[in-house]
Amino acid sequence: MFDNFPLWPDRASTAAGNVDALFIFLLIVSGMMTLLIFSAVVYFAARYRRRDGIPAEQIEGSTPLELTWSIIPLFVFMVIFVWGAVVYFKGRTPPRDSTEVYVVAKQWMWKLEHAEGQREINELHVPVGRDVKLIMTSQDVIHSFYVPAFRMKQDVLPGRYTVAWFRATKPGTYHLFCAEYCGTQHSGMIGSIVVLEPAQYEAWMSGGTTGPLSATGEKIFAELGCSTCHRSDAQGRGPNLQGVFGKPVQLEDGRIVTADENYIRDCILDPGAKRVKGFQPIMPTFQGLVSEEQVNALVAYVKSLAKPGESGVKPAVAVPVKSAANQTAAKGSQVQ
Amino acid sequence: MSMASANAQPVERENYLNKHYGVGSWLFTTDHKRIALLYLISITLFFFIGGFFALLIRLELLTPAGDLVQADTYNKLFTMHGMVMIFFFLIPSIPAVLGNFLVPMMIGAKDLAFPRINLLSWYLYIIGGMMMLHCMLTGGVDTGWTFYTPFSTAFTNTKIIEAGLAIFVAGFSSILTGLNFVVTIHRMRAPGMTWSRLPLFIWAHYATSIIQILGTPVVAITIVLVAAERTLHLGIFDPKLGGDPLLFQHLFWFYSHPAVYIMILPSMGVVTEIIACFSRKRIFGYSFVAFSSIAIAVFGFLVWAHHMFVAGISVYAALVFSMLSYAVAVPSAVKVFNWTATLYKGSIHYDAPMLYAFGFLGLFTMGGLTGLFLACLGIDVHVTDTYFVVAHFHYIMVGGALMGYLGGMHFWWPKISGRLYPEGWARLAALIVFIGFNLTFFPQFILGYLGMPRRYYQYPPEFQVLNVLSTAGATVLGVGYLLPMIYFLWSMRYGKPAPDNPWNAAGLEWQTQSPPTTYNFEKEPIVTWEAYNYEELDAPHKEEVPVAR
Repeated sequence: MFDNFPLWPDRASTAAGNVDALFIFLLIVSGMMTLLIFSAVVYFAARYRRRDGIPAEQIEGSTPLELTWSIIPLFVFMVIFVWGAVVYFKGRTPPRDSTEVYVVAKQWMWKLEHAEGQREINELHVPVGRDVKLIMTSQDVIHSFYVPAFRMKQDVLPGRYTVAWFRATKPGTYHLFCAEYCGTQHSGMIGSIVVLEPAQYEAWMSGGTTGPLSATGEKIFAELGCSTCHRSDAQGRGPNLQGVFGKPVQLEDGRIVTADENYIRDCILDPGAKRVKGFQPIMPTFQGLVSEEQVNALVAYVKSLAKPGESGVKPAVAVPVKSAANQTAAKGSQVQ
Repeated sequence: MSMASANAQPVERENYLNKHYGVGSWLFTTDHKRIALLYLISITLFFFIGGFFALLIRLELLTPAGDLVQADTYNKLFTMHGMVMIFFFLIPSIPAVLGNFLVPMMIGAKDLAFPRINLLSWYLYIIGGMMMLHCMLTGGVDTGWTFYTPFSTAFTNTKIIEAGLAIFVAGFSSILTGLNFVVTIHRMRAPGMTWSRLPLFIWAHYATSIIQILGTPVVAITIVLVAAERTLHLGIFDPKLGGDPLLFQHLFWFYSHPAVYIMILPSMGVVTEIIACFSRKRIFGYSFVAFSSIAIAVFGFLVWAHHMFVAGISVYAALVFSMLSYAVAVPSAVKVFNWTATLYKGSIHYDAPMLYAFGFLGLFTMGGLTGLFLACLGIDVHVTDTYFVVAHFHYIMVGGALMGYLGGMHFWWPKISGRLYPEGWARLAALIVFIGFNLTFFPQFILGYLGMPRRYYQYPPEFQVLNVLSTAGATVLGVGYLLPMIYFLWSMRYGKPAPDNPWNAAGLEWQTQSPPTTYNFEKEPIVTWEAYNYEELDAPHKEEVPVAR
């Protein structure tokens, strides 16, 4: 029982150091506040304990004191708030060109699929020193992808993608927990993150695969007949998908949204909701016809169409951003 | 409930306990003091039910493997522990027992503004409680007390609707109590009892009542929506039906965060009274303490989404809610500083209520400071949904709220029962509770930072040492909670008869007899003094013996 008794968690990602530094700062601040209050209470309680003939001295209060002990804590709190916000923003913004891994959570397992095509269950192999972006969704209830050694946690929701990222810094095997209660085997929905040296990782990656995820997506795209409407010229009955990903799109109802993972996903599963301006509502929904994994593959495929060099024809649907205000609107709408 | 064994005096004065006898005189009473006792008995029952669940949880967690109960049973245990403790113990605890008993007496009124509605509140609570008991005995619920969708609406096959209805009904009990208090405090103060002369206990209950009235309907609506989605498949929260699971979390926490203040504000009120009495002093900064209660109630409604920093809300929303959470921390800090400053140059007595108040100060300070960690975006990502959160809210809701409740029970027990409790045992119990509490919950902070998620039936072996410590602490804590119940019951029969004002305390409730008569005061008091006039009470010319009976 005492063989392995840690008091501090492993520190294995770039975020871990930032979070720990902030945590230690908070420990010091709150330790000082505790010490201040406790020593005052203990000192007063002992010094002014009841003595016969010495009555209590009545003190009304003091506005300067009240202001002091309101404003100084507020100032300290704001320092903590700003520091915390900075760390949070870093943790929430995946760097460009991250390696992508699609995560599908279900009661009670984690299914992970690398953009390169490797599939894993309850285990994720990643290399040291590379940014890894997780694009996550759930097949059923809410789960939460939690890697304590990375100080990283993100709820995984049904019906949409949530995104998280990390960069591992230390080879080893780390806990992956589900942190949002999800039913009977919640505590069994655990796995491991295996962080490998780049060379080992390459060796691992060269193991069997069905090809990159986008290639799988391309196959599904053809099988489902998507390509009959979404043609790579301007003649299709649906928008041309070349170069669309990551760009703003004008919708029929006038909104402008960014074509991110969630948008592509919504268009596959609920095509009517965010229809592109100038196109008829003829696309059927694929809700229930494609699995979460297939949606992921399709998203990866559409994404691959945006990579430079692959897009042949000028995209028909992307409209130029008209103003800064529109841009903000687009940003806002992609978040949820 | 017989008080007949008056071993010390030949004839007992008429009071609210001996005026009428018989079950009917209790079940149809409209006397706020008798209703308070009805609540006391019922919430004590639920406290021990909830405590029993806690005991089983801690026993299961002694070992990393799941061995004592089944996984599903464990999930039901922590769910029912939370629901019972929050909705059927903590929320009614101080307001419905001590508040019911004391709010009219402290302001010099005969009763609450709506005595029959007060009785209705208790019946609603009991109906809700019976529904919850029935639900637990016939299968229970396994969603956690948070009912997160779509698990609760589309996946679990446990008794969601029944549990929800139980909470729905009990919620109306809470709303009616709040309404009763607000009207009473506005309309029924004795002549001369101005707002600035009100005991701070009243201010705290006023703030609490506002939250109960404004917040509870939202959770009621949320429960109805959950039931509608579950039975009629209306798409509200389940994305498969076109709903949004985060909408549920927003609605749920809009009530359930302020609900924490329903639990802690009355406790702060109790502690304020105790500290003033046992330091023999006016409260330092009366108006700041009073308005900090109101500030907490108002800001408390604006911080709910700090439960959702990793739930998938936008980073900008998270930013706003983090900042507002720090805003609500300021009035809490102000209270702690004022209590501490009240001790300065006091004449401090170490009777049991004061020991509980000291315990409250320590545990609430630690609970509040760890709240700073959770409000901090960068840290919350790591520690939310871990044992760090479990430890934090137990420090507030058990360390804070329950310490205050026990302190208050000791402080006003002579008034309520007309008997003195055994002081030595009471001090020992306060010490045991404090030690047991810290032993139980402090290791959970470490567990949380190490990354142990909450609601885990099994856990990796490296977490065992801390879990064993926590379970050991829980047994100590259990003893600490059993003791007061035993000696309070004992004192009802064997305790020394209490004088009218055993602590020589300020406040109108101490100026009437112990236990009080049905209408509290012989004649309506006229208030000509400020709250906490300990200087006059302790002045040499006032040194007469407290009412020799």
